[in-house]
Order: sequence, then structure tokens, then C-alpha cells
Amino acid sequence: MSVELDVFVGNTTIMDKEVYQLWLNGYTVNDAVKVRIEGGIMEECEASAEVLLSDTMDQYRTFQMCERLLHHPAKLANQLLFQIPPDRQAMLIERYYAFDDAFVREVLGKKLSKGTKKDLDDVSAKTGIMLKSCRRQFDNFKRVFKVVEELKGPLVENIRQHFLLPDQLARDYAAIVFFANNRFETGKKKLQYLTFHDFAFCAGQLINHWTVGAVDNMMDDMDVDLDKEFLQDLKDLKILITDKDLLDQHKSLVCTALRGKTNVFNEMEANFKNLSRSLVNIAAKLINAKDVRDFFIDLVEKFIEPCRSDKWTSIDVNLYLIHYTNSVHILDTFKHHGVWNRYMGVIKSCILRMYHE
Amino acid sequence: MPGKLKAKIVAGRHLPVMDRASDLTDAFVEVKFGNTTFKTDVYPKSLNPQWNSEWFKFEVDDKDLQDEPLQITVLDHDIYSANDAIGKVYIDIDPLLCSEAATVISGWLPIYDTIHGIRGEINVLVKVDLFNDLNRFRQSSCGVKFFCTTSIPRCYRAVMVHGFVEELVVNEDPEYQWIDRIRTPRASNEARQRLIFLMSGELQRKIGLKVLEMGGNAVVGYLQCFDLEGETGLVVRAIGTACTLEKISTLTSASTTHPSNSSPSKDMKEPIFGEEAPGNPLFSGPPTPLRVQTFSSFSPSKSYSRQSSSSDTELSLTPKTGMGSGGSAGKDAGPLKALMRQQTQSALEQREYPFFTLTSFPPGFLLHVGGVVNARSVKLLDRIHNPDEPETRDAWWEEIRQEIKCHAKALGCHAVVGYSESTSICEEVCILSASGTAVILGSRFMQDGPLDTDHRLSRQPLVFSTGAERVEGDMGSSISLGFEEVAPPGCGFCHIPYDELNIPFPAQLTNCYCCRRYKVPDVLFTTIDLPTEANITGKGCLIQARLCRTKKKAQGEGNATAISNLLPFLEYELHTQLMNKLKLRGMNALFGLRIQISVGETMLLGLASATGVYLTALPSPGGIQIAGKTPSDITYEQHISNMQKKINDTIAKNKEIYEVNPPEFVEEVIGSPIPEPRQRSRLFRSQSESSDDVSELDLSYGKKDAFVLEIDDTDAVEDIHALLTDFPTPPGFYSCNTEIMPGIQNWTSAIQMFTSVRVFRLNNANLTNQGLNKIFSELCENLLKSFYFKLRSMVPCCLCHLNFTVAIPEDELIQVAVTAVAMSFDKEQTLENGRQSGDKTLIKAITENDEQLQFSLELNAELSSPNPLSSTKGLSDVSGSHLSARDRCSSWIEQLRLKAHIIRRGSVKTTSSLEKASPLPEGRSRSLRRNRSYSGSSVAVVKMTPLSLLPGAKIIKYLGIINMFFIRETTSLREEGGVSGFLHTFIAEVFAMVRAHVAALGGNAVVSYSMKECVFMENPNKNQAQCLINVSGDAVIFVRESELEATSVQPQSATTQTSNGGEGT
Repeated sequence: MSVELDVFVGNTTIMDKEVYQLWLNGYTVNDAVKVRIEGGIMEECEASAEVLLSDTMDQYRTFQMCERLLHHPAKLANQLLFQIPPDRQAMLIERYYAFDDAFVREVLGKKLSKGTKKDLDDVSAKTGIMLKSCRRQFDNFKRVFKVVEELKGPLVENIRQHFLLPDQLARDYAAIVFFANNRFETGKKKLQYLTFHDFAFCAGQLINHWTVGAVDNMMDDMDVDLDKEFLQDLKDLKILITDKDLLDQHKSLVCTALRGKTNVFNEMEANFKNLSRSLVNIAAKLINAKDVRDFFIDLVEKFIEPCRSDKWTSIDVNLYLIHYTNSVHILDTFKHHGVWNRYMGVIKSCILRMYHE
Repeated sequence: MPGKLKAKIVAGRHLPVMDRASDLTDAFVEVKFGNTTFKTDVYPKSLNPQWNSEWFKFEVDDKDLQDEPLQITVLDHDIYSANDAIGKVYIDIDPLLCSEAATVISGWLPIYDTIHGIRGEINVLVKVDLFNDLNRFRQSSCGVKFFCTTSIPRCYRAVMVHGFVEELVVNEDPEYQWIDRIRTPRASNEARQRLIFLMSGELQRKIGLKVLEMGGNAVVGYLQCFDLEGETGLVVRAIGTACTLEKISTLTSASTTHPSNSSPSKDMKEPIFGEEAPGNPLFSGPPTPLRVQTFSSFSPSKSYSRQSSSSDTELSLTPKTGMGSGGSAGKDAGPLKALMRQQTQSALEQREYPFFTLTSFPPGFLLHVGGVVNARSVKLLDRIHNPDEPETRDAWWEEIRQEIKCHAKALGCHAVVGYSESTSICEEVCILSASGTAVILGSRFMQDGPLDTDHRLSRQPLVFSTGAERVEGDMGSSISLGFEEVAPPGCGFCHIPYDELNIPFPAQLTNCYCCRRYKVPDVLFTTIDLPTEANITGKGCLIQARLCRTKKKAQGEGNATAISNLLPFLEYELHTQLMNKLKLRGMNALFGLRIQISVGETMLLGLASATGVYLTALPSPGGIQIAGKTPSDITYEQHISNMQKKINDTIAKNKEIYEVNPPEFVEEVIGSPIPEPRQRSRLFRSQSESSDDVSELDLSYGKKDAFVLEIDDTDAVEDIHALLTDFPTPPGFYSCNTEIMPGIQNWTSAIQMFTSVRVFRLNNANLTNQGLNKIFSELCENLLKSFYFKLRSMVPCCLCHLNFTVAIPEDELIQVAVTAVAMSFDKEQTLENGRQSGDKTLIKAITENDEQLQFSLELNAELSSPNPLSSTKGLSDVSGSHLSARDRCSSWIEQLRLKAHIIRRGSVKTTSSLEKASPLPEGRSRSLRRNRSYSGSSVAVVKMTPLSLLPGAKIIKYLGIINMFFIRETTSLREEGGVSGFLHTFIAEVFAMVRAHVAALGGNAVVSYSMKECVFMENPNKNQAQCLINVSGDAVIFVRESELEATSVQPQSATTQTSNGGEGT
């Protein structure tokens, strides 16, 4: 004796947020039922396990049927098969495209290829996120990447319009796409302390200031790639460290400004040349794609770690960077102010964000 | 006479990829009507083609317009091989043939393929130019309106109800033709879909012709069914009620001069002012000081007698010589009443079948309700030799209808309402069933008297005529007229129509608990909705009796006989179960009773669903008493007393849940506000009914009519078990199978229609009847539980119109399909509504007829004077809230006055352009809107409901009937998610197609929606499944009541506003 067939179809598609989340998290129907039972819904609604199972199955089926629409969220709005109120549609999309920070941290900057997808079981084991959910999140990244890769115009806006995502989520996706495209290294041990949101913030800075779209909205190219010309120009900054006079002058300007304003003045003074060399070297190397990948690791190794070992506070770092950046403008032999500002603006915000005391 | 059908293919979207190489499609479209086909150009390499074709014009006969669907086929062009079909769209153009319905079909329609389901959408425009045909011998019946709704549609009024229409057409089922062996499943499915489309078109046309013959212009309560007989053919049959309807909104200008209305209204007008003084008709008055109440101990309320092929639940068939309603009533009746009855009766008897498929009626239509009548017949299917003369099938139904008619007569009734017919087929055996409610109708609706709701406002002497004869009588006093519906006791319909000394079946009668004047039965079973004027106590609830009976496998004649022999027992037990469950809930009447018997190879299934209520007019039901027969040991006695206690507890709990707390019988109601008219009307009554004197004779037996169940009987044990296993509805939920839950008013506009299907496999072949019963009962209970759980977010809410359909698709399979609507309501107000019944009916009456109101309001210069006056008078009996009710009432009238004003003003401008001139302007504007709406992204919301109304909204236009038939088949069942996945998708697709077609007609809702057929077949071993679904409903435009009020602020744009609102995006 068994229920052979069991369906429930509403004119307005009924979807339970809780079950949706379980589905998204990759639970099987039976596991989802268990979770729901543990949640105490049976007592609350006088329902039996049977009822819960039937309901969960129905919902899972509905979600599965919706899934192909969710791959193209714009279709969800003008498809006829399911009558879903707009607010529900938005919820479905938002949750479908939501991701776990732990997961995204693992694949951030990796190539969104089949190879990476194959390794998802490791990611799943490591993060404790179910493989199914990992796959969905990975596929989402890949799908968004593929669509916006070929689109012109601002990245965030493209993602928002194409996938009908809320602003913050669209920004996060922009970061993911940007990282995947430039293949930034984020997995090194030294970078582990950084959260996805740290990276997302940095990505936002890079997108807004270092891409072609950042300078010229009318450009046909998009936000995904760094501005090659700018990278080329960065080489000119080398003068700051190669020219001994300039370096000394710079140092004295900064030190004068900082004196008495911080507890770690001595360390700052002692390290100035090292730090300055590091930052300028990072800039000069960015023209090589390989070094772009190491951008964050370089920042950490060459700047953040030395500061941290000297026990600088964020305020110190901020102070230092402000004066470090501004003093350059007083150097009369230095000509590349535009490039310097464009470079240091981003570097400063990235470092500050990445500087966890 | 010809008409010109024009179609334009605009665009497609979301097409499937047909060319693997390019991941694109080269689509073109074939547009076919009859034998003419047009093609669009190929739109290469696109999944969103823009054809923007020319107008394809078909010049066709209007007969074909009615019969044929417009068939649109989307194909993928292929240079090297045959073009691949992507899918089809069938468009029923019937709604375009009626001037009052839709004018254009325009919108995105799903492209459907029977193997792949929906594959993208196509945007089309369809119009019809029809040249009016006045030829008397014409074959077509264009312009006859069809409604699935089983009441007078909301924006119409019935000028006349002509009566029963029926028709059936027969054809060979393409699935069983020899050619089916060599054609693809797709071709076969499409042949079937098309044939059924054609047949229902033909059927509708033929019914339309009958209606025209009768002088009507519409069919209400149109019920069309398919019998898939298999080898022997395919029968499509339909029944309905022919009416002459008049659109209310167009009435404003016509007012008194409307032809069909003129003569009675002339008579009506004068007495309006004079007559209103006398006040309430007799029912509303307090009871005469009746000293005693009559009770008698209960004896099973039915006896049994039946012929081999038919059975009846409610009444005994014991023939009573010379008994007819006229006879029984006439015996003691006063001359006037007798005369009246005879006239109604003769008018009705002139008709072959005095049947009505309606389930709810304007007040005053029903005089008395006798009970359920019901007939069944088991037939062996034989090949239909001549499809054009389906004599056998006709004869079968004729037989059954005759029987129903006889049953009604035996109940002293002359008409049957809430009438429906159904079949169940298994192999070559077919059970035909018909059921309805025997009633006595108010005569004025039968003949020339308009079924005019103006009566309610202005009580006037009624004029009715039979043939040349004209008789006048003050019927206002005997049938519910004027504001009687407002007056508390709407009890008239409960009074027995039969002669109490000659009761057609054993039942005990008591004096009506409302008026104390006439006899009422102890329980009342009906197939109709609860009359709006009825007075009930507490709330109602769904009551189901479920039964399984095993049967031996047999063939042919033997099988038919075996089934015939089982049927009466099945019905008897269903009836007992219903009765027990009714009593367990402390209720005394069933509405919307629907008994379904389904036949399979090794079992019979019976499912009776109804909505139980406590009718205030009927006596309170006694409890259920358990008696052990054998005087045995103590444990046994204890067992019994335990059970008894359980039952008593359940009754008490149920009474609490459903708020069934009838006021203890009050001997004397103090103060009769209006004794005068009562006195007067009593003259008629006491003559016509012999109740007064008799009541003194049969003195009370006291209140101990307990229903005794003897527990020795194994059946009884089972019964008790069944009684107690019913799962109580969780808090916040109510359920009913009638339109609206009796006792709940303040609906919010949140509705959720759903369809659920479950198939249960009985793996164990050797089940006993009890075992089967238990399984079946649990299956139904579990379904209900699932609904409660799924819809928990809508609490407080009521599942309305719960329609269960059972089938035995295969041996060992039980299929239950349910369609219902969940409607939420406001809790706060429910608490006080017990006191507001008068208020409610008043408001209901007004909302239903607000348009008519304008009419009479216009007649009276001082608007407020007659109405609030009489309404407060009516309400004066409702203790408590009558003040607030009056306030509410007058504010309503204020609103109506405003509205009337506006509509009158608006109509001057709009009627000329919209109604009288060509329908083009409206069509154009709508198509413009459409264009906008599809360039935008969102899809218009289309509400669906099995009810005839939408809470909080007003239906402003009926766009035509939706009647769709789909077949879906798969050869990759597992890949589509198994049987559940397959059916889930299919049902969702059917909903989507219904919504899309409604939206294309310009509508925003489907009312009276029903899924009449859901035939599911599977073959998991072959990874195959097939399903057929037939749905129907009425496409409408509704406006939210709040929006409606908004329109009154801007009178000049009244019509445009409403049509915008109708879009309801």
C-alpha cells in the first residue's frame, strides 16, 4: 500500500521559504523533512510526518521545475507556467543567487572551469556545505560570469539588470566575476584571515578605479579587465624608489608630517624605504598578468605584515598612507600625479580594509 | 450566413531550440481554420521570432465558427527533412461570437505539444466580423451565452428561466481507430484533442439552438462531460438551464420601458408606496404561542426499495397512488394556494423535465425543499452504430431523468434543482447517475413573470399567467418577497412540500422552529447551495461519507448485475454514514450533497460529500446512542460506555468548534412588532396548510430522539470507527463543499485555488471491506490534512467548494482529485457576526442587486425613505446590532445612490460607443494595452476560483466560457520526475493555458472553474504515462470593490477605469 502519485498545484504557486532554503542548501527530501520535524512544525500545525513528506516533495518538485527559470531570472517574470507574485519572485531569485561566504572564499579567484567544479567535493568537505549547494553556487558564478563577460557597460549594473539581483548581491557578484576574470590569488595561507567581504570591497575599488570603464563610461570595453594603459603608466612610478633623492625627499616629507602624531613613529621611519619600495614595486609589476594575480598576497606580505609585526594600528596605517600619498605632490621632480593618485587611492582603501589588527 | 474570422500572428518567445547545431530555431506558423490554411514566413535563427504577419482572413459559415477551433501550429523550418512541429494552440472563438462577451483575442498563448508540454509562447490577434443571421432555419446559434456558473451570473438578471436543455453527441474515439496503430502518439493525441474540440463546439451549438427555440438567450449552469467509453466510442454530453438574461448595466437607460418587463412592472409600480406599510410577511413574525413541540423517537429516516438498475438515497420509492404535489397540497389547501400550485405545476409539467442545473437562486425562487432525489442505472456499453443518432445513450438518460421526475413527484414536488448527471465507466460497464433536489418553486419565475429582483424591494401583487389565463393573488405573503429575506427566519424553504399525513418516507416532522407554523422534517438533505435567506446557527462544515466495497471480477451481464446488486447497499451505507457524521457535529441539514459512485474491476467506491449546517428552523438533532445487544460481561459494557462517552465528547466539542449552540427553545417570544399583517396573511396560510390543528394532536415525545447504533453489528463497529477517526479541522480552518461557508461573511480578497491529485496503490489484493474503507477514508483525510498544512499561512481561512472526484483508474489503484479554493477571512468580525445575520443578508442582497436597486431608486424621488425604513423594520427582530446594521444599510444606500448617479451619467457617453457601435474601439484599445503589456515584462495575474464570485470584487463582464481539453503523454516518465513530476507539470501547464486564454480575452479571472476530467494512465515498466484533463469555467473581468468606489470619484472616466481595473496587472 503506497501513495503512488501525490501532487498539489496552486493557481498561485505556493512556496515555503523554509523549505526553499533547505532545498537550496542541498538537503534531500528526507533530510529536509527531518529538519522540519526538528523545527517543531509538527506540533505547531498538528501535522504528521506523512503530511510533511508530501508537502516537502511537492515543494521540491516545484523548485526543480522553477530552477531552469531561475537560471534566467528575467524569464521568471514573463513565463506563464507559474503564477508567482513579484515579491515572491524577487525572494526566489535573491535566495537562489545567494551564496555562502565560506564557499565563495574557497573558489574566489579560481578559474570557473570544469576542473574547479570537479574539486567541489573537497570544498564541500572542507566547508561543510553540501555538494549540491556548492554546485549550485558554483554554477551561479559561472552563469553570471558567462553572461556579463560579453556585455558592455558597467559590470554591477549589467549583473543587476540581467539577473534582477538586489544591489548588494549584484556588487558581490561583480567582485566574484572580477576575481575570476583576473584570477587573483586568494587561497594562500597568508590570505586566509581575509573574508570574502574584504575582497569584495577591494574588488569594488579596483573596478571603480582601475578598469577602463572607470575612466570612461562611454567606452565599449567593460569593467572586467584592468586598464592596460594605466598598468603601463604605473611603471613610471618606479622613479620614486630608483631616484635616491626623490626617495629621501619623500621620506623626510612624510616623517616631518608624522612626527609626534603616532606611537610607532620610529618604526615608520625605519621602515619607510622598505614599504615605499614594496608599494611602488607592486605597482610596477602589475603590467604582468602573473603579478596581478599576486596583488593581494603582495600587499599582505610586503606591506601589511611588516606593519603588523611593528604593531601599527589601523589609525597609524591610515595616517601613514595619507601622508605617504600626499607628500608625493610636493616633490617637484615627480610628474605622474594622476597615475599616483589613481594607484594610491585604491591601494590605501584596500590596505585599510585588509588591515586587521 | 458567413462571418469573417481574422487572425494575425505577431511574435513568439521562449521557443525551444530545434536546431542543435546553432542552438536556434527557424520558426514559422500555420494558421488553420476548417480546411483553409495560411502560413507565415520563416523567421530564421531566433528563439523569439517577430513574424508580424498580415491579417489572415477566413470567410466561413457561422456554424463552423461555432464548431471549429482556430488551430495555430508553430513549426521549425527544415530544408532537408520534414518540418518539425514545435506545438499547437487551439483557440476557441466562441467568446467572440457573442456581442456581449469578448471582442478580440490578443495576447501570449502557450504553444502546447502533447509530448513535450508547453514550448514557448505565441502572440496572436484574433477577431471575428459576424453578419447577423436572422434565418429561422439556421444551423448556428451564435450569440447564445454560456455560463458554467450555477446561479444567475452576477451582472445579469434573469428575465425568465426557461428550463432544462440537454444534448449529447457521439463519435468514435480516435485512440481506438485502426489507424492509431500506425500513427505516432502525438498524431493520435492531436486527433483526439481536435475531435473533442469539434464535438464540444457542435454540442454547444446544438444546445444553443434549443435555447433559441425556447426563446432564451443564455445557458446557465452549463455542464459538459465526456464519457470515454473506449472501444464503443466517445460521448460528449451537456446539460444546462436555458434562461433569458438581461445585462444589468444596460438597464439603467432602458428602465421601465424594457419590453420583457413592461407589463408586470406596470402593475408593480403603483403599490410600492401603499404596500410597504403592512410590514413583514408572516414568516418574520414571532411564532404563535405554540405550547408544545413535537418530537418523536427516531426511526431510521429512510426505507429502501429499488429496482435493479436504480436506487435512491433519500426517499422510498414506494409508489403512492395518485400522489402528486397538487394532490397532496390540494387536500386541505385553500383554494388560492391550490390554484397557485396547480398553475405552477401545470406550467412545469408541460415541460419534459422540470429540471434546473442551478444551485443558488434569487430569493423567492424556492418555496419548499423536499429532499435529494437520485437515480442510478447500470448499463452495458455497446457499439454505437450510427453516431448521428445516438439513440441508446439518449434513451438511457431519458430513463434516468424520468425516474428523477417520479422521485420528485413522490416528494410532493414539481421541480428538481441543483440537478447534475455523471457516469463512471469500467471496461464495458457504465453507471449512469443523476441527482438533484426536489423542490416546489415560486410560480412567478416559471412563466412570464420576470425573475426580477426588483420584487425584493417593492412588494407588489404578483401577476402570473398560464397560457391565456391570468390570475392575481397576493403572493407576497406566501413566498419570500420584499424584505422578507432580511427578516430573521428564512425558514420557508424548510417547510415540507409533501402532505404530512402521507409522508413519502419515514421521517418525523415538527413545527418549524422559526415560524412555529409549518411542518419541517428532522433533517434536510439537498444538492443545492444554502439559500442566502436561510437562517443558520453557527458555522457549517464539510461532511464526507466514504465507502469501498469489494466485488468479484466478472464479465458482461453478470458484472452489471453484480454491480446493480451492490449499489443499494453502498448507497444505504453512505447515507447512514452521512447521517451519523451529521449528528456527530450536532447539525441537521446537508447542502451541496454530491454522491459519487465509481466502479472498478474488483471494487466499488462511494464518496458522498456535503456541507453540514444547523438550520435554525429544523429541530436540534439528538445524540448518538450506542446500544449493545447482548447482555454480556462488564468489560463489554465498559467498552460501550467508553465509546458512548467518546461520542458524546466529540459531539460537544464539535458543537463548540462550529459554534452550534441553538438557543434553547423559548416558549414565547415577547412582543410581536407587527401583528397586523401576520394575522391577515395567516388567513391564507392556516387554510392552506393543515399544520395548526395537527400540531395539537401529535404531542411531544420529548427531546430524546437519539440515534441508536447497535454495536453487535460489525457494520456498526465500523461505523463508529469511521465516525471517530475523522480528523478535526485544525483551528482557524473551516471547510465546505458549497460556494461559501455558511456563517462566515467577512472574506478578504485573498484566495488560493488549487488542484491536488493522489493515487493510492493497494498492494494487498485480499483486503476486506473494512480494510478498504479504512484506507480510502484515510486517503481522503490525509488529503485534507495536507491542505490544511499547506495553506496554514492563510489562516483564518475556509476551504470552499471542496470538490472530490474519485476514480479507479486501474485495478488496485484509487485516484482522488480535489479542486477547491482557500479563502481567508477577517477573524475579528466573525466573532460578532452571529448577531448580524440580518445585517449580512441585507448587505448581501444589496450587493447582489445594487444595480437593480438603482432602477427602483430612480423611481422613488426620496430615495432613502422606503428602503431604510423597511430594512430597519426587517431588522427589528434581530436583537442587538440592528442599530449598526441600519447605519450600515443607509450608508450603503448612500453609496449606491452615488453610484447610480454615476453610472447613469457614464452610460450616456459610453453605451453609444461601446455597446451599440462596432466593438472595435474597445478591441483596439485593449490590443494597445496588450501590446504594452507584452513589451513590459510582467504577466497579468489571472485569478481562478471554483466559486461564482470573487470576494471583495465585483464581476463587471463575462467574456465567455472556457472549455479546454488537453492530452499529455510522455515516454520518458522517469526523466520527468516520475508520475508525480509528470502530473504536476501537466496541471501547472493546464492552469497556465487557462490563464493565458482568459488574459487574451481581456479577462482577469476565471470563475466557476472546475476540472471535470482527469484521467491518468501509466505504464512505469515502459516508462510511459498519459493524462487527459478537461477544465471549464467562465472568463470574467472583475474590479475590486475598493477600485469601484474610486471610480465613483471620477464619474466621467467610469468605464475606462473599470476596464483598466479589469486588466488587474
